[in-house]
Amino acid sequence: MSEGHDHHNAPLSEPAQRVKALEQLLVEKGLVNPQALDELIDTYEQRVGPRNGARVIARAWTDPEYRKRLFDNAAKAIEELGFPPGPQGEHMMVVENTPRVHNLVVCTLCSCYPWSVLGLPPVWYKSTAYRASAVNDPRGLLRDFGVDVGDKEIRVWDSSSEMRYLVMPERPAGTENLSEDELAELVTRDSMIGTGLPKSPAQRARESRAAK
Amino acid sequence: MNGVHDLGGMHGFGPVVREQDEPVFHSEWEKRVFAMMLTAFGRRVYNVDEFRRAIERMPPARYLAATYYEKWLHALESLLVEKGALTAEELLSGHAAARAPANATGLLDDGSGGGVESFDDSAVKLRFDKRFKPRFKAGERVVARNLNPAHHTRLPRYARGKRGVIRYDQGVFVFPDTHAHGQGAKPQHVYTVAFEAKELWGADHNERAPVYLDCWEDYLERDRAGAKPAAKTAAKPAAKAAAKPAAKAAAKVAIKPAARVRAAKPIARTRARARKGPTKR
Repeated sequence: MSEGHDHHNAPLSEPAQRVKALEQLLVEKGLVNPQALDELIDTYEQRVGPRNGARVIARAWTDPEYRKRLFDNAAKAIEELGFPPGPQGEHMMVVENTPRVHNLVVCTLCSCYPWSVLGLPPVWYKSTAYRASAVNDPRGLLRDFGVDVGDKEIRVWDSSSEMRYLVMPERPAGTENLSEDELAELVTRDSMIGTGLPKSPAQRARESRAAK
Repeated sequence: MNGVHDLGGMHGFGPVVREQDEPVFHSEWEKRVFAMMLTAFGRRVYNVDEFRRAIERMPPARYLAATYYEKWLHALESLLVEKGALTAEELLSGHAAARAPANATGLLDDGSGGGVESFDDSAVKLRFDKRFKPRFKAGERVVARNLNPAHHTRLPRYARGKRGVIRYDQGVFVFPDTHAHGQGAKPQHVYTVAFEAKELWGADHNERAPVYLDCWEDYLERDRAGAKPAAKTAAKPAAKAAAKPAAKAAAKVAIKPAARVRAAKPIARTRARARKGPTKR
């Protein structure tokens, strides 16, 4: 858990001390408002995350008109569902997995990631190991993630510009009768980065049984 | 800058380690750094290219050892001082010697949070600005220039000098190489360029795993050597076998399966259409 928050007697870590001093300084200067910071944190902990992206994908799977708008102007179509572009979501492109092509997203130079639809990136996405190997050995990388895409082309998108990429996974077989809400449950964060595949209905059912 | 941040294609970092049920933040201080960084960014204390540049300036050993939010903290502290929002003495003492200087009043908190909804759309408008004409179009063969600047750049080492094909014109964006250094926005088109694995990593990488990399116009030049035969190959995949030795370089990165061209098309077409309207937003 957090340093100095739950263990008041424990000494603060070096960055924790620096951050505390910095915030105090910026507040004294009138440059930041602690409540506004709290709100921002709450937004990215509670409201902006991969569930947003899953809604977008599920809608595109079920609504051909929406799907068209999503490929025409992704940021606008995403906003339609109530997810504002915000930072790191202004310039979006959705890239579609097909029976021949599997897409994988990385940022080799830093850690660019489509915040508006996936939230903040997990640690592994920002790791040196992921950034180094995704462009050079994507098939080996997917194997490490337990993903087998057969002999499909693996198209690796290196997010070097302000464009942000969201992968549209293939709709799993046997989901013809599922509702949009049920489909969204199958769409994982990793399936929208390309390091995973959507859950099958059976897998989803097993998981919810195990959770009970 | 040929920095250690430019990781694409490097070896030795081991397997990717994943954390089960990972929280959004791992400690309180990470949350505060995140929110302070975004607030200062939203208030235009610095731009995103200056922020990336500030991270890349870290000494290599520190860069590799630091966590993501430690890098952010480093960049935030140094930019706040460089931009005159704080003095180095204040940062050391942890106390304000004065209220924010008059020239920083634009940065003062107005209660709007600087968050998700409050970002302006000037970059989106620029992207579709017709005054900036594209030099290249989808399907053209290009070479990424062999640039090794000491300043900030977004052209990774692995692509320099390599041949590729323009897949998408993504519109107009500010140029990081100047924008990170207070030398102007220099707006220009950004293209998604497809580089075949073989071209990037050598002949033994013959798997179908191209890298689609976004390249600013200034990073690219026309691939004159490969231009002609390439167009022929793209139009008629069967003609590839007949490629002459002179066209070797082009054949190396030839668009082989027709399916790939087809798969890329619908998006390319709809995107081009989207840009025809004068203002899309």
